[in-house]
Amino acid sequence: MSLLVQLALTFGLLSILAVGGGTSVLPEMQSLLAQQFDIAQTEFVRIYSIGQVAPGPNMLMVLIIGFKVAGLIGAGVVSLAFFLPSSILCFYAGRLWSHFAQNPWRRTVQNALEPISIGLMSSGVYAVAKASIVNPMTLVLALCTVYFILRTKINPVFVILGSGLAFYLFSRFLMPS
Amino acid sequence: MSTDNQTEGKASVSLHDLFLQFLIIGSVSFGGGIIAYERILLIDKRKWLSPDEFMGYLAISQTMPGLNSVNLAVLAGDHLRGFWGAVSASLGLILPGSLFVLLIGIAYTNNNDHPLANLFLTGIAAGACGLLAAITYRIGDQHWRHLKSVIIIAFTFGLMSIAKLSLPLVLLIMAPISIYLYRPNP
Repeated sequence: MSLLVQLALTFGLLSILAVGGGTSVLPEMQSLLAQQFDIAQTEFVRIYSIGQVAPGPNMLMVLIIGFKVAGLIGAGVVSLAFFLPSSILCFYAGRLWSHFAQNPWRRTVQNALEPISIGLMSSGVYAVAKASIVNPMTLVLALCTVYFILRTKINPVFVILGSGLAFYLFSRFLMPS
Repeated sequence: MSTDNQTEGKASVSLHDLFLQFLIIGSVSFGGGIIAYERILLIDKRKWLSPDEFMGYLAISQTMPGLNSVNLAVLAGDHLRGFWGAVSASLGLILPGSLFVLLIGIAYTNNNDHPLANLFLTGIAAGACGLLAAITYRIGDQHWRHLKSVIIIAFTFGLMSIAKLSLPLVLLIMAPISIYLYRPNP
């Protein structure tokens, strides 16, 4: 039982600290997990990469950790602890935002935040690019994707699956090693 | 509790559809770039938010703790159908990946090497990167054309990605500067 409480407290704390997304608390998460639940770094990295390929928000990997520590119930506890606190905070921030809908300063604040927001997204693209653009072919695929998304009406899901297929075909048949 | 602009004309959004649409996003977003899918859903596909409303919620999602994509789902869901909308949207987003992650996590406890899958996934990751880049460009819209906003974008990017400062610190530095630059003229 105390294991579940530990899980809840650890991930609840990480939830509140994760300003700017899960990646900001990754180092903290890793050391907490090593300390409290004996999860080695290699294990952590492996779990992280599973989370990266999974659909949906990239921090769903924390469920695996919960499962490893305390089975399905652990996974459940972790999902509640990791997603609920920040979601509740955000919910009320949204309500506060609506409350000030008519206030002219809200317009100013939004105008000011917009370029910052775009800058943050650009940072995100850069971070993702560092991890995913590993050779010339991946760069070509990324650029092609940009083209297809911006200039055509093809469903993005198909574009991305196509990118996966293209790389597979390219690697298997055009670049034997 | 809900203000007028939250409830007018939005009652036509069913919780079921809200849940389903986010479930779809939660299921197909391999490789990442969820914010891109959310924008496409909210603005293009269902027209539930105007680009301006989206930007406001995006900014809140980024500044508040928690995953940006989940925060966005909470905010959009609340905007459309209040508390239960927020629950439906965020649950839909999280459910598919949760199942996936548990199944894969259980199945591949020790063995990680699947070269075929890795090739496919590498291509997908590259594609997702392109998607995110494309949508960021689209979100930027007019901001890319004005020196004032480009400078702020560049500085924010620089502080985050090059100086690698923490987000709270970056906001502490950039927000006052930006608010000053965008202050209403007396």
